[in-house]
Amino acid sequence: MMSTYRIHGATGEWEVVIGLEVHAQVTSNAKLFSGAATAFGAEPNAQVSLVDAAMPGMLPVLNRECIRQAVRTGMAIEAQINRWSRFDRKNYFYADLPQGYQISQLYHPLVGEGSLAIEADEKAGIAEDKLIGIERIHVEQDAGKLMHDQHPTMSYVDLNRSGVALMEIVSRPDMASPAEAGAYLRKLRAILRYVGSCDGNMEEGSMRADVNVSVRKAGEPLGTRTETKNVNSVRFVMQAIEHEARRQVEVLEDGGRIVQETRLFDPGSGTTRSMRSKEDAHDYRYFPDPDLLPLELDQAFLDECRASLPELPDAKRRRYESELGLSSYNAAVLTAEVETARWFEALLLASATAQGKPPAELAKQAANWLISELFGALNKAGHALEDSPVTPERGAELLALVGKGTISGSIAKQVLETMLETGDAPAAIVEREGLVQESDTGAIEAAVDEVLAANPEKLAEYRGGKDKLFGFFVGQVMRAMSGKANPQVINEVLKRRLG
Amino acid sequence: MSDLTQLGVRAIRDGVAGGEFSAREVAEACNAAVAEAGALNAFIVTTPERALEAADRADSARSAGETLGPLAGVPIGMKDLFATRGVQTTAASHILEGFVPQYESTVSQRLWDAGAGMLGKLNLDQFAMGSSNETSYFGNVSSPWRRAGSNAALAPGGSSGGSSAAIAARLCPAATGTDTGGSIRQPAAITGICGIKPTYGRCSRWGIVAFASSLDQAGAMARSVEDCAIMLEAMAGFDPKDSTSIDMPVPGWTKALDASLAGKRVGIPREYRMDGTDAAIVASWDQGIAWLKDAGAEIVDISLPHTNYALPAYYIIAPAEASSNLARYDGVRYGLRDLPAGANLQDMYAATRAAGFGEEVKRRVLIGTYVLSAGYYDAYYTQAMKVRTLVARDFIDAWARCDVILAPSTPNAAFALGEKLADPLAMYLNDVFSVPASLAGLPAMSVPAGLDEAGLPLGLQLIGQPFDEQGVLDAALAIEQRAGFTAKPERWW
Amino acid sequence: MSVDRAIVAKIAALARIRMDEAAFERMVPELNQILEWVEQLAEVDVTGIEPMSAVIPQPLRLRDDVIDADPLTGGGVRDAVLANAPAAEHGFFGVPKVIE
Ligand SMILES: [Mg+2]
Ligand SMILES: [Zn+2]
Repeated sequence: MMSTYRIHGATGEWEVVIGLEVHAQVTSNAKLFSGAATAFGAEPNAQVSLVDAAMPGMLPVLNRECIRQAVRTGMAIEAQINRWSRFDRKNYFYADLPQGYQISQLYHPLVGEGSLAIEADEKAGIAEDKLIGIERIHVEQDAGKLMHDQHPTMSYVDLNRSGVALMEIVSRPDMASPAEAGAYLRKLRAILRYVGSCDGNMEEGSMRADVNVSVRKAGEPLGTRTETKNVNSVRFVMQAIEHEARRQVEVLEDGGRIVQETRLFDPGSGTTRSMRSKEDAHDYRYFPDPDLLPLELDQAFLDECRASLPELPDAKRRRYESELGLSSYNAAVLTAEVETARWFEALLLASATAQGKPPAELAKQAANWLISELFGALNKAGHALEDSPVTPERGAELLALVGKGTISGSIAKQVLETMLETGDAPAAIVEREGLVQESDTGAIEAAVDEVLAANPEKLAEYRGGKDKLFGFFVGQVMRAMSGKANPQVINEVLKRRLG
Repeated sequence: MSDLTQLGVRAIRDGVAGGEFSAREVAEACNAAVAEAGALNAFIVTTPERALEAADRADSARSAGETLGPLAGVPIGMKDLFATRGVQTTAASHILEGFVPQYESTVSQRLWDAGAGMLGKLNLDQFAMGSSNETSYFGNVSSPWRRAGSNAALAPGGSSGGSSAAIAARLCPAATGTDTGGSIRQPAAITGICGIKPTYGRCSRWGIVAFASSLDQAGAMARSVEDCAIMLEAMAGFDPKDSTSIDMPVPGWTKALDASLAGKRVGIPREYRMDGTDAAIVASWDQGIAWLKDAGAEIVDISLPHTNYALPAYYIIAPAEASSNLARYDGVRYGLRDLPAGANLQDMYAATRAAGFGEEVKRRVLIGTYVLSAGYYDAYYTQAMKVRTLVARDFIDAWARCDVILAPSTPNAAFALGEKLADPLAMYLNDVFSVPASLAGLPAMSVPAGLDEAGLPLGLQLIGQPFDEQGVLDAALAIEQRAGFTAKPERWW
Repeated sequence: MSVDRAIVAKIAALARIRMDEAAFERMVPELNQILEWVEQLAEVDVTGIEPMSAVIPQPLRLRDDVIDADPLTGGGVRDAVLANAPAAEHGFFGVPKVIE
């Protein structure tokens, strides 16, 4: 089904056609063709080799890990892996490009046709699941950085990024709304992080998108597209599409023509503008880099790449539903980010050990606790899951205390808060603060009797058929026992007394 | 004591090792010869102190009883295309004038490790583009040779013309060269010395200013086949810093030298009998055939059908690669910067490159830019690379019939300075016999074969199968022994 | 295909080589002479022939992902990198201000 996203113009409704070229920094210690480090945030030009500075006579030697990560990424999107590929030079002059060319792949990319599935999201206007085509992934060098505001008449050049390995992941123009583009980017980012081929950190520039947008009336051929360069967050990509689509509709409806051009996104205003400095007629004079030979991958290399692939989000989600019996919502939440899935699986494993039960039996409890308790508590305390003071092991200890009936669910909330503040073990907190659950039937019976005696009208109403009041009585008993009573025993006793 | 500058690599090395003279004496003699030869303009910079330092190291190693390297005590010239740490490296261009590398090329490092010392950086055609040494920003080199009865200055060949002139004039026993389309063989041939370009990938390109990456190959120049073998053995070897370096052990070429060609088949390519080749060249080729037959070889007629197309293919491929390789000379990180008042970044590039590149370099950069540009790429570059496949295939077919190929090195003897300068095409045609082996990446060597009527040297070229430098050296040795070439230029400088 | 002044001007701009009138007057005929000569390549039948992709028949060697394994190709050599710079300040290369 087509997307329902439309730009409402003066002359009618316009469809939007979107393709994304995502540049993702390959996770590697050293650069694509030199031994200089890739770490973010170094002193200017501290991570630059003679090769990266394009000194006379310097030559590139390819980093195996960068190729391995790109191949694994290709496998993760079920793309064709080209066992024979090669590097080309893309020639142009710019101060951030020391060689005067970027080593990239045009004619024979490493990874060919693949695809990526985005899920239906009614709230976002994505009516159903959709497969977005990926045309290719090629490997190339990043450029350096220009700083314009440090000197009145000069720009400063820092080559630390120069030569860092990038994967350029080129989608088909298969997206039809900002929401679809956003979903695609988020999904792609998740896959890269699962695979471990890119940290997906958009703020540090590890991932950025060139956004190709065109508009057309329904049924008409593709319009002329513009390319908005280097947009570095999912939100900005969506804004850039929104703005660019509207701008194009306005231009066309005013009788104008869309110029195929490179544009720049301004996050401040959420608008795009033409990039005059790059308007120079592009003629990159691509040709095979004669400093490098064709790249040929053998079966053993490909086998290792395949074998080292982790379970990917879609497969994981399906397994959480079928094997662990999780709701599709919970399964989706837990698999959206690799950190969440890793945390959940560690929690489940530790719980199974602590409680001596199979994981499938504990999965729902663990999932619910993680999603409704821990996420909320972390959020309140301003923590991300990655830097949670509560480890999966401690979480499992807490769940075991609930599972064994040592504490109640509501007490568990209280204990969790203390755990987040102090980092202490849950058992120690329960012990110290005297939070052990009361399961003694006698004490609970006494409390039940007191509550019934104190609420004769409610008791009458209940007996008169107002079943809902059962919960009221449970709550009153629990309060009378400072929340420490075993809710199951309260239920049983109440049922008997009210029976 | 005899004049040490007349000695070759082997004689110096053995003399130093045997205590007949000291390495310092050799270095001093060569330094003096270099200092007196300003008129040849063979050196861009001289480094007498480096030659002395290396000599002293060799002498003290000897007196300490240490094992000496294969080039211990041998002072050599270094083509100014090799980056030398702490010594200006220019590729004979204005754009790199004053550039002092903070690194040493792999090949030069290997030579110093073998005990050689550096007399200086040798002049060349700018960025190795030329066949006469007239494109150097630092002035042309003069050949030490002169036509009988003439004072006209002759070209030493190019691009390794500083190397060829210095060796022929006995300023140094050996030097490095680089060969992209004939830049070792052509200058060697017309100055009466030996020069070998090994199989592409034998010598690391790391630290050599690039001209055309898929063709550039360092090699050795000296006055004898054996001296070339000794030099090349020290220069060659696997380098992980160069992706096109061959990961193969370097054979002991020198030890295995053998001038007996019994059982060997020598191919004579019929397409090399070209119109316009000097009669003297044809005669010397025929003489070479007779010599190799005499050495026991079987002579076979072979065909290299795409020979005529090798040169035009080369003049697409080499400029295309050069146009990209030379893009790094932009005035940002090193070398010349020309920043006219009010210029922006792109203006600075254009001004810097206009001021820093010579005419021939500009010509080739423009040709290369054109043949790679949109709309022309397939017609020129792709077509040339397909023709290159065919040229290489011709050789593969030939190896079914022969082991080594004998051909002239050049279509003519040395020409006068200025003679071909006005006509770029006429200059390009000087590489007609050397370019095919370059396109195919094959080892090839020029060895002196005699003199023409004007008393100028002529060279013969041996082309070998990939990695068979030994076959090339052996056949060259057979010619060397029979040619008995002892002529040397009369000193006028 | 022959080149005229306009085409040469376009190439020179792409190659970032400033040229004056005299340079065009020299260069246009020279380039045409060379191009006319190389165009004989069109005569060669290359049906089914692949362009040469490697001079030596060996696949590309791959390097281990190790930082600064060889000081000659590793980082941390800022002084060497900046040593020959026409303008270097505060650890950066300086170029005329670029307006993007
Ligand atoms: Mg792009
Ligand atoms: Zn890219």
